[in-house]
Amino acid sequence: MRLKGRVHKFGDDVNTDEIIPAKYLVTTDPKELAKHCLEGRSKDFAKKVKPGDIVVAGRNFGCGSSREHAPLAIKGCGVSCVIASSFARIFFRNCINMGLPILESEKAAKEAKQNDNWKIDLSKGEIKNITKKRVYKVQPFPKFLKRIISSGGLMSYISSKEGKERRKRKAT
Amino acid sequence: MGMTITEKILAAHTNRKRVEPGEFIEAKVDIALGNDITAPLAIEEFRKSGVKKVFDRSKVVLVPDHFTPNKDAPSAQQAKILRDFAKEQNLKYYFDVGRMGIEHALLPEQGIVGPGDLIIGADSHTCTYGALGAFSAGVGSTDLAAVMITGKLWFKVPETIRFIYRGKLNKWVSGKDLILYTIGDIGVDGALYKTMEFTGEAVSSLSMDSRFSMCNMAIEAGAKSGIIAPDKITLEYAKKHCSLFQPKADPPLADTVHCSLPTSDPDANYCEIREYDCSKIEPQVAFPHLPSNTKPVSEVGNIPLDQVVIGSCTNGRMEDLRIAAKVLKGRKIPSYIRLIIIPATQNIYLQAVKEGLTEIFLEAGGVVSTPTCGPCLGGHMGVLAEGEKALATTNRNFKGRMGHPKSEVYLSNPAVAAASAIKGRIAHPTEI
Repeated sequence: MRLKGRVHKFGDDVNTDEIIPAKYLVTTDPKELAKHCLEGRSKDFAKKVKPGDIVVAGRNFGCGSSREHAPLAIKGCGVSCVIASSFARIFFRNCINMGLPILESEKAAKEAKQNDNWKIDLSKGEIKNITKKRVYKVQPFPKFLKRIISSGGLMSYISSKEGKERRKRKAT
Repeated sequence: MGMTITEKILAAHTNRKRVEPGEFIEAKVDIALGNDITAPLAIEEFRKSGVKKVFDRSKVVLVPDHFTPNKDAPSAQQAKILRDFAKEQNLKYYFDVGRMGIEHALLPEQGIVGPGDLIIGADSHTCTYGALGAFSAGVGSTDLAAVMITGKLWFKVPETIRFIYRGKLNKWVSGKDLILYTIGDIGVDGALYKTMEFTGEAVSSLSMDSRFSMCNMAIEAGAKSGIIAPDKITLEYAKKHCSLFQPKADPPLADTVHCSLPTSDPDANYCEIREYDCSKIEPQVAFPHLPSNTKPVSEVGNIPLDQVVIGSCTNGRMEDLRIAAKVLKGRKIPSYIRLIIIPATQNIYLQAVKEGLTEIFLEAGGVVSTPTCGPCLGGHMGVLAEGEKALATTNRNFKGRMGHPKSEVYLSNPAVAAASAIKGRIAHPTEI
């Protein structure tokens, strides 16, 4: 999968209260959540962001609560990918499970500037900073995670797996 | 090579002799938890899957505790999704207002979780149950949906950092201070993806309530879980609360769901070992806007307060209320300070009434609320205005966490919180 978009740069320890404050957690509608996406860090992010844009951040992105509303709000804005030096683990899980592409690259994250133009090739694990004419290689995901990602998220993964097991049981 | 307690529990739930850090596994889940914020999304996913019944009606637990008693119409709608689902699935464990408590105080109290269990919850503070010697981790709503269907979930076996707390605790120091001190030391991502195993004589001396506070905040260091190997104190607690309690062999067998007593082997592999001398640790205060911005309370200077909150899944238990009452007894808080006390469960509330603690709180000028997560996440029951400062016994002090983005939250133990309510500024209990 190839993605292309403009960079929105954030710092370290962006927490889920900043991504989507708790007062908005009275809905699960991605479009509604998207209106307040990242407002704890950037008041006008939700207005400025365009479909395909890329969120780039420092260490420990998505720390704090387990609320899946956080990746849901980011996805709802049309953000195509989140790249950070590192991710908080529940946020990381949530993205894998719901199919929001994320990549860890400390170097790419450090050298990114607001409004840089980036191209990302997820299958090759490659980030291209077109503005700065730099290319970064990303550590590929382990096989197990790739299976979930290529199924289109955890729910499709288990339904295809369960289906397979059921067919196997029937056959024997 | 031996195994850590965490590796043993994960291996037992995967029907294997051993698992290695870094490995991906699909493990059986004993208890799966959701609340009024996270469960609606999980239930939505569950319905989309077309599956009709949860994998086990006694293993899926729903607790509407965040915005309840319903703070507004949309949150009422969310709570209703849980209620309807619980009825439809005939869930054994569903707790509505009046029986409801803050989930991470409620589940151990009700004996739903116990030593050796593997627990997941769509709430980041699910790591609390590690205090019982269980593997317990926060996950997302989709994870919860997957477990509701299959009874299993994927995990990456975490590496373990061993923390050794040596010596005796100073007066007014509790599990909350040990964990704040530790987070101050390693930072908010100091244990990212890892398990924090708390050991040492100071930890052995802690009450269960204090151990729950400690494991509760493992997530604030980025950890997947926190864990304390079960000992005499755990056993006593489990016997009292966990009706299913039957000590089982070590390592536990995957199907003996409840209450085994695993421990780490002497030659278990730790990615890091850190030691602390508890004689040097005094009550801690975390400054805005990260739980790692800690200082000893003697070094905080003059921080005037508008509000003090004593409660939450971190510090709303019996021991916490008793300590707060001890400090507040016979005293009045200044008229411009709001003191909000939230017993974490209905039983704790009732016990506080019986022991006369609520009377002490009310006479001091505080309010006592029904159990709710409420102000901790800026939901209701004590949201802050612009520029206001609160000291709370909660677990997070992120920007805007308790209300206005320009408000500030400081974190401490209940003794410091009570003393600070009396003084109107952050204060050491010895000042009272």
